[in-house]
Amino acid sequence: MTPTEATNDDRPALPERAQALDLLRGMIRIRRFEEKCAELYSAMKIRGFLHLCIGEEAIPVGVMPTLVPEDAIVATYREHGHALARGMPMGAVMAEMYGKAGGCSRGRGGSMHLFDAATRFYGGNAIVGGGLPLAVGLALAERMQGRPNVAACFFGEGAVAEGEFHESMNLAALWNLPVLFLCENNLYAMGTALQLSESNTDIHAKAASYGMTSEAVDAMDVLAVGAAARRATEAIRAGEGPYFLELRTYRFRPHSMFDPELYRNKEEVEAWKQRGPIVTFSQRLREAGLLDDAALAGIEAEVAREVDAAVAFAEASEWEPVGDLARDVYTEEDAA
Amino acid sequence: MTAQTANGGTIALTYREAVRAALREALEADPRVFLMGEDVGRYGGCYAVSTGLLAEFGPERIRDTPLSESSFVGAGIGAALGGMRPIVEIMTVNFSLLAIDQIVNNAATIRHMSGGQFSIPLVIRMATGGGRQLAAQHSHSLEGWYAHIPGIRVVTPATLEDARGMLASALACPDPVLIFENALLYNDKGEIPADAGAVDIDRAAIRRPGRDVSLITYGGSLGKTLAAAESLAGQGVDAEVVDLRTLRPLDDATILGSVRRTRRAVIVDEGWRSVGIAAEIMARIMEQAFYDLDAPVARVCSEEVPIPYAKHLEDAALPQTDKIIRAVEHLMGNHG
Ligand SMILES: Cc1ncc(C[n+]2csc(CCOP(=O)(O)OP(=O)(O)O)c2C)c(N)n1
Repeated sequence: MTPTEATNDDRPALPERAQALDLLRGMIRIRRFEEKCAELYSAMKIRGFLHLCIGEEAIPVGVMPTLVPEDAIVATYREHGHALARGMPMGAVMAEMYGKAGGCSRGRGGSMHLFDAATRFYGGNAIVGGGLPLAVGLALAERMQGRPNVAACFFGEGAVAEGEFHESMNLAALWNLPVLFLCENNLYAMGTALQLSESNTDIHAKAASYGMTSEAVDAMDVLAVGAAARRATEAIRAGEGPYFLELRTYRFRPHSMFDPELYRNKEEVEAWKQRGPIVTFSQRLREAGLLDDAALAGIEAEVAREVDAAVAFAEASEWEPVGDLARDVYTEEDAA
Repeated sequence: MTAQTANGGTIALTYREAVRAALREALEADPRVFLMGEDVGRYGGCYAVSTGLLAEFGPERIRDTPLSESSFVGAGIGAALGGMRPIVEIMTVNFSLLAIDQIVNNAATIRHMSGGQFSIPLVIRMATGGGRQLAAQHSHSLEGWYAHIPGIRVVTPATLEDARGMLASALACPDPVLIFENALLYNDKGEIPADAGAVDIDRAAIRRPGRDVSLITYGGSLGKTLAAAESLAGQGVDAEVVDLRTLRPLDDATILGSVRRTRRAVIVDEGWRSVGIAAEIMARIMEQAFYDLDAPVARVCSEEVPIPYAKHLEDAALPQTDKIIRAVEHLMGNHG
């Protein structure tokens, strides 16, 4: 599959400089964090499965500013970007990768299961499709308690073949619930290309068939993602029910650290990299006179410091004592 | 409703009415409580448990769902995460298999996987058991399977008091509780105190004290086991009947206390023999009371066949009073 070009006139207008640089910084932050994770994986500091979202950073960075702190988020095992963009501290995320007690899930979850009550981040879910019903329920809880919040649910296009996807589409639409469905269509589910798993590859049309508003978005463009997410969250908050965004993107890295990438060729990956969300956005900012070498170097240096500090935090964090192994299987009821 | 106040501060009612009274009380007591499931509203519940509740509480709180076990159970989990106290009804344990992903991968794990940040105060009720000539896809007793899973609680009300009282305790529990209602019990009739309310869901109960042998059972087999004990009394065998009430966590203290007194045990379990809850209880007795035994521990379980339709075959497949009696006679005869 080759990327399709958006024409220049389709592109949303640039925001003012500070906001534009925030978006760029947000994407670079995720990119550099994940590059460090890959390095630490090779150094055996991080183990288990590690799924990088490199190439897809425009999605979390575009979506998160449209959510408020009271909104709930459900994500998948490829969720580092979402956690960081949501505002979870990078140190706690890195420490989780290490399996340390200072990790955001106390070392119980690892890369695939980042959780954070403070930002209403209900986890990386590693069952494909398994998070969608949770988001429907979170949205139901908001509605039943008369709160105006949105439940945002990220998932890959692989989930579209699962029954839980269809059940959740139906339930959310039937009950007119405030769910923002965010389908990250990176064209491959592990090694299975979309056209090998879907009889109809037009995913946003499937969602529309459930009677909800649905859009396909060029998710290599952080502004396009942001604009679509803005439309979606406004409609949801106005009581219009669920909204579906098919975010067309591409993963530049292997599925996980165990993937020889037999199912796609280098030319295809290279073509998509040309359209990468960071290069294209940087280019656009330069052309508009909003970014120069010095500003970029400043962002890189700032991000490098944060990543270094996160690694130092993870290194310094304690291991959970084995004596606490069985902790948190059930809720310990202390004298409340 | 049909439950009438009788003299002496008791009321006569059926098991079904006891569950309904518990539901009504929970819905009245806490605005966060709602009931959702297939046909719980307009139809009145497939076992007529929730008949009338729609009129009293309205469609938001008596919520009919589409036929999508996975998503409405998952939505229950999400709603619990979002601050509600959902009661999800699944028509029968057989259909819960379509939701087992949500129960096992989400409900049971999120507390631990999030490092203790999120509890899931969810109650799932379902009918279980055979004996109604419904054949192999409506007659299973899989509660023992669920009892395998850390992170959830499994309770099996066998009496009217427990049918009335376990729901409130389950709702008060901060973690997921599965309530298995043996469908043969719904028409059981009796009297309970008019002010019957919450009962503990931690302890097994001795339903009939005895000196010679411990008959350890739960749910739909309790009545058969008590009948066997009565009949054995006529033969001079004084059987103690232990109602497990809760399959996870098992109440080792009550089980082992009984076995140490009687020095013999027969487990009666409507699940299949192999790899079942009966095997687990036998193992615990072996581990903790081996030297207190006067005879090998025995069990009466379902035969290892999909439950057949024809009455005589189904009867032969399930634990029955005469089988329990024979098992005890064998034990006493060989070793008494
Ligand atoms: C129910 C289930 N089946 C299979 C897997 C194994 N698996 C993990 S990721 C994955 C591909 C999912 O692809 P997609 O949803 O497109 O997300 P992406 O990895 O591309 O972000 C598969 C098959 C799983 N985790 N869960």
